[in-house]
Amino acid sequence: MRSEPAVAVTGLVKRYGDTTAVDGLDLTADRAAVTAVLGPNGAGKTTTVETCEGFRAADAGEVRVLGLDPARDGAALRPRIGVMLQSGGVYPTVRAMEMLRHTARLHAHPLDPEELGERLGLHSCGKTPYRRLSGGQQQRLALALAVVGRPELVFLDEPTAGLDPQARHATWELIRALRAAGVAVVLTTHLMDEAEELADRVAIVDGGRVIAAGSPAELCGGRDDVLRFTGRPGLDLASLDAALPDGARAEESPAGHYRVTGAGGPALLAAVTAWCAAHDVLADRITTRRHSLQDVFLDLTGRELRP
Amino acid sequence: MTAADPGAPATAADHRAAPARPAPHRRDDVPGTETEFTPRPGPAPLPRMIAAQAALETRMLLRHGEQLLLTVVIPTLLLVLFSAVDIIDTGEGGDTVAGRVAFLAPGILALAVLSTAFTGQAIATGFERRYGVLKRLGASPLPRWALLTAKSCSVAVTLLLQLVLLCAVALALGWSPAGGAAGVLAALVLLVPATVALSALGLLMAGTLRAEATLAAANLVFVLLIFGGGVVVPLENFPDAVARGLELLPVAALSEGLRDVLQQGAPLPWGTVALLTGWAVAATAAAARWFRWE
Repeated sequence: MRSEPAVAVTGLVKRYGDTTAVDGLDLTADRAAVTAVLGPNGAGKTTTVETCEGFRAADAGEVRVLGLDPARDGAALRPRIGVMLQSGGVYPTVRAMEMLRHTARLHAHPLDPEELGERLGLHSCGKTPYRRLSGGQQQRLALALAVVGRPELVFLDEPTAGLDPQARHATWELIRALRAAGVAVVLTTHLMDEAEELADRVAIVDGGRVIAAGSPAELCGGRDDVLRFTGRPGLDLASLDAALPDGARAEESPAGHYRVTGAGGPALLAAVTAWCAAHDVLADRITTRRHSLQDVFLDLTGRELRP
Repeated sequence: MTAADPGAPATAADHRAAPARPAPHRRDDVPGTETEFTPRPGPAPLPRMIAAQAALETRMLLRHGEQLLLTVVIPTLLLVLFSAVDIIDTGEGGDTVAGRVAFLAPGILALAVLSTAFTGQAIATGFERRYGVLKRLGASPLPRWALLTAKSCSVAVTLLLQLVLLCAVALALGWSPAGGAAGVLAALVLLVPATVALSALGLLMAGTLRAEATLAAANLVFVLLIFGGGVVVPLENFPDAVARGLELLPVAALSEGLRDVLQQGAPLPWGTVALLTGWAVAATAAAARWFRWE
């Protein structure tokens, strides 16, 4: 049982009328791991997660969550999972801590709501009605509600959307603590740094399918590094290219701004600075950057704004 | 008696023997360590869940200003105003305060059921549906039937408080209900199916219409039935054909039934009980069939 993944989705299809929201999607989420479902708005992230939570029935494909079919075995599954919806889901007039204490009472062995509330900074607004909480406070309450029942698996739909840096940090810390305790975490996000920071596995979703999956390192690996510097315009690029490691290439655009791409990392930097020294070029503002998930994401999903 | 006496009160040593609560974990970033977050899922026992949910919903209902206007202020105001001042024709005995109260009190009790079981419940549930509360609860360990049970308990508790208050006001105005203990029992027999019927109709409306439409419609029905539901205006003041249609409505049937028992001192009107039970069964079936959670 234990070796079986927390979530196993194969060939999921979900249509709303004429629109196909999810089109043959595969997703696996392991226990004691954070799986990030990354994708632009409308990619099918929420539909996928809500199918796993039992809110929607799949039109085709197989969905197993903790070994159960969420559409059929919902009653057995629900107490074992924690759910954070993208928005709402809380009585507008209920007070923050009142809701957390109430949700704790629906579970057999809940976390201490007072400690959890303190950890997520909900005590200062504990008596405030939900509709008067700030967006960030609402998000933190929704997160607390998802984890208070000590679930085996939590689904977090854009957990840090609209949070300030402190609250985002607290949320990330909590997610790391869940993972360390053996909880499977599935989160959707369109924040690259979040996926890069937290996730053991990333599934990039676009157009209702997974277009790339793997660890952040795997997804970012095998791509060129980028080194930029500024210098006097019109340097001899042919000469620079010859001095670079194999496969690396330099270009100038706009005048005086140089961009060198290639594998090799430290060797690339050493080659560029050595060439500059030999040619009496004062390279200014040298920056090096490994490929981030953001580059991978934009390369895969395109840079145009979505309609 | 010394501290060594076996019959002595528990000493500090006994407390030490109790299992210590684990200290708060600050090392919860170390993989494999048992922490507060280590999964231990499971639903609470059903009675505890239902009691917690019912208590929460009742607290929110009683805290809600507009709701109190509907459930407390309007019925009390109507009862006091129309009893004290002879504005409407309440039929025989309508020329004294006591006579008017005898007519009005049963109608106002029926209005209380309408306000809490139907209007209040429809509006609250409509907005819970709109704000995704029902959806979110659908992912909690609380089964749906248990949620509905909790809602019914919350309606029952609120209604009970309301009936106590309104009866107290009526008695203060000089109400002396007819029928004695048997009359009270007969009134309860009428109130139960009427409450179930109006509750189910409220849920049916909340579960099928948009929240704003529910808000408007539930309030409109409330206002129309104050005057057309036999609450403050006797149905015989309407043209015969209209009256015969109106008296089939659950609120009118309840008002007239309560009046038979508490004003006239008549035995339990079984025809009315049957009519209200019919409404209860049909409305519950319709709500079960058409209620949409999202």
